[in-house]
Amino acid sequence: MTAMFGEPIARLEDDRLLRGHGAYLDDLGHDALAAAFVRSPHAHARITGIDVSGALDVAGLVAIYTYEDLEGRVAEALPLLIPHPALTHGRTGFPLANGEVKYAGEPVVMVIAADRYLAEDAAERVLVDYDPRPAVVGLDAAAAAENLVHADVPGNVAANLVQSNGDAAAAIAAAPHQLELDLTIERSASTPLEGRGVLARWDTESRRLRIWTSTQTSTGVRAAVAAKLGLALADVDVITPDVGGGFGVKIVHPWPEEVLVPWAARRLGRPVKFTEDRIEHFMASAHERGQRHRVRVGFGDDGRVHGLDVRFWHDNGAYVPYGLIVPIITSTQLLGPYKPESYRVEFSSLYTNTVIVTPYRGAGRPQGAFVMERTMDAVAAALGLDRAVVRERNFIRPEEMPYDHGLIFQDGRPLIYDSGDYPAMLAKIKELVGWDGFEAERAAAREQGRRLGIGLACYVEGTGVGPYEGAHVVVETSGKVKVATGLTSQGQGHQTVFAQIVADELGVPIGDIEVVTGDTRAFGYAVGTFASRAAVMSGSAVALAARAARAKAIKVAAAALEASPDDLEITGGMVRIKGDPDSGIALGTVAVLSNPLRYAFDEAAQAATQFAGGDIGAPPVAEGDAPGIEGREFYSPVRSTFAAGMHAVVVETDDETAEVKVVRYCVVHDCGTLINPRIVQGQIHGGVAQGVAGALYERMAYDEFGQLQNASFMDFLMPYVSEVPDGITIDHTVTPSPLNPLGIKGAGEAGVIPGAAVFAAAIEDAEGISIRAMPISPSELFELRRAGQAGGTAE
Amino acid sequence: MADRDVGQEGDGTPGSGQLFPVSLTVNGAVHTVRVPARRLLSDCLRHDLRLTGTHVGCEHGVCGACTVLLDGVAVRSCLLLTVTADGGAITTVEGLAGPDGALSAVQQAFADCHGLQCGFCTPGFLTMITAALEQNPDPTPEQAREIIGGNLCRCTGYQNIVAAVLRAAELMRAGPA
Repeated sequence: MTAMFGEPIARLEDDRLLRGHGAYLDDLGHDALAAAFVRSPHAHARITGIDVSGALDVAGLVAIYTYEDLEGRVAEALPLLIPHPALTHGRTGFPLANGEVKYAGEPVVMVIAADRYLAEDAAERVLVDYDPRPAVVGLDAAAAAENLVHADVPGNVAANLVQSNGDAAAAIAAAPHQLELDLTIERSASTPLEGRGVLARWDTESRRLRIWTSTQTSTGVRAAVAAKLGLALADVDVITPDVGGGFGVKIVHPWPEEVLVPWAARRLGRPVKFTEDRIEHFMASAHERGQRHRVRVGFGDDGRVHGLDVRFWHDNGAYVPYGLIVPIITSTQLLGPYKPESYRVEFSSLYTNTVIVTPYRGAGRPQGAFVMERTMDAVAAALGLDRAVVRERNFIRPEEMPYDHGLIFQDGRPLIYDSGDYPAMLAKIKELVGWDGFEAERAAAREQGRRLGIGLACYVEGTGVGPYEGAHVVVETSGKVKVATGLTSQGQGHQTVFAQIVADELGVPIGDIEVVTGDTRAFGYAVGTFASRAAVMSGSAVALAARAARAKAIKVAAAALEASPDDLEITGGMVRIKGDPDSGIALGTVAVLSNPLRYAFDEAAQAATQFAGGDIGAPPVAEGDAPGIEGREFYSPVRSTFAAGMHAVVVETDDETAEVKVVRYCVVHDCGTLINPRIVQGQIHGGVAQGVAGALYERMAYDEFGQLQNASFMDFLMPYVSEVPDGITIDHTVTPSPLNPLGIKGAGEAGVIPGAAVFAAAIEDAEGISIRAMPISPSELFELRRAGQAGGTAE
Repeated sequence: MADRDVGQEGDGTPGSGQLFPVSLTVNGAVHTVRVPARRLLSDCLRHDLRLTGTHVGCEHGVCGACTVLLDGVAVRSCLLLTVTADGGAITTVEGLAGPDGALSAVQQAFADCHGLQCGFCTPGFLTMITAALEQNPDPTPEQAREIIGGNLCRCTGYQNIVAAVLRAAELMRAGPA
């Protein structure tokens, strides 16, 4: 049988989805009542009154709830999911605003009606009186702190965190050369095509709650909602249906709506559903990216970085439910493949009157890569050295792995890279993009009146963070194999890749394997899908569980065949004596035999009944043994794996319109061993498109009052096909991770990380103008050109 | 044949408006529904007829996830009122596969080319491409990009969707799937 691991097989998920038979959140619960929300139109205001009387006559209205109606722990603030000692002023919102609103879009009133049209009719007629207060918008206003987002948070500072390795200040002062750079990245957001949504059913007879939610963590939602509603975990099921994309935003939990909808369903004794619409997703889910950095770097004549000092400010929005994860990742992953001789980083996480900031694919790494890569380019420019040469001179060498940066990573563990070969990657990317021949290409294009530039950007991505994932593999008496793991899927192809792993480990045809993810009924212990961790964590757990099931099958079959376990193998769903293709017993039969029966449920099962034979002197189930062919295992690594990548782009900038066109885009990627190269390629394609988006198009245009001016797909410039490169050239290096049984590193976020960095480099190269802020629009590039021509400098 | 009442009769308060009988032929089956004037075609298909393969990504006609074929023309069902489609013949994603259940050439091409990830935008692409290949069965790569130029996908970066358009045309030329 051909090995499945490593094969670019077509996805098992697709048939259902292509027929329109997917089941996304709003495809469920046709009998459910609909929830709609009255949301704050102000970025910052006191609520002075709520008048619902005008809504009471709306046909189909079932209930209207304000904060005053909330009971018990539902009335308390939402959890601070990831506390940190530096997060001295962590604040979270309430499910419904408790007297004050802190961003435009914050939920104030929940309306339940027969359908969404009617719920919105009623919501429209609820009158809320506000006493507006000054809004804090943008990092300048947050740092100036003339106004406060939270009255009890001085300076708008949620947290201040310093990490260092060596004495960077002294190293910079002593270095032959010094530079300072101010760098800015604007806000963007995950923006999946399907927004958030939650459906809840309270079973009035069994007094159990069942929730379907478009989430990246069903176990997280289960624990949070059970705690809020005072229910035992065992009385709450959370099921993740098909999810129409996540990209990070759906890891946040519980959303206000995820608490309120189940609460209302229990209170009303009727199913209730909330389906977020597009403007709600823009205004009331979560954003990311917004940071400002000040870099000081000291370096030698050879370009080697002696000291790096980074001070940055992170806009965390109105609340910090997800703690400091994003800025911690920026502050550590900024280092990429490099080893500055000393490093100090300090960040402040600041409140603003805008929607919360939580991980979006890349999760702080795109900012870090932008800062580090801009710094590398600036060092090269200052010394007149090739940009690739400066990078190579600062690389961690393969023989230095595992490499300890002397910092603490986002998982609370030491930042130690497990493996990687950065010089080999650099050689590949230079070859792919034609780095060494580019000056001739540039000159030839210039002859034709075309202006080209080339950019290069490198990154390292900590993936597969803990604490753990688990998996259950069971062989049915039919021979079919059921696999369950607790983390969720949002389109990554988990069913396919986990089935590929099981097919090889267990020796069964892939068509006989069914994988369930994100359903607490099938597997109750899990963390979630984020940080490119699913393949590493659940992939490893699935492999271990399949191995356990295999060992059990071999043991049972050995007894039945009166053979030594060492002489048996499993191929094509048959347990056979090695080298004897005619021998053997079907895995389904082994499953029957593994479960001693009193009652036969069919003919095959008769073989396991009490008069069918066996050792009458021994217990039917041996001590320490259990019925069934199954495995249930957990994978919990000591620390993260570290994938890496290098991107290069050649751009053409239009002399008149300042538009930026991609001439070619190349990627070299290392995610350790590849389970399914086609799926990895798809992940990179999608990531690159989001990288292009973040570099050239997408931003969150808040005005000074905290109103999001581009909260629609008309105005938020998510790329169509016309904005993405026509072809992306991809190559891989493979340095397996030594930390897990399969050597996997994870690939989900990779493509997006160096987007802003690589485009800034290429545009700078084309234009000869320093690029210090991303994204960059044609208008902004045009203004930079004009400023340059006027005799000023771009900085 | 289905006959359902949607919404409440009432006295002039919101949501209690008049219901209009609408006849739709969807994927070859005739349905009669009674809907309020404001009911979007996307909501009627999804929630009244329970054909949930048609998805709603933006409700303002930009993303294309809700694209269906109305009398053979690709339209955005989130921008149409159900009452305006009265008497129309609609094809949704559920109607693309052959009578024997075989995937259509466009569906098969998406599977072959890994043209979908989360699958949420996919029905809109499938219907759009199906209509476009009727008009132009042999698109160039540039035309393939134009065909999908009005649909948003957040997962794939479009690379494999472009490939799927070309692959679908190839499959169609090779004969019935």
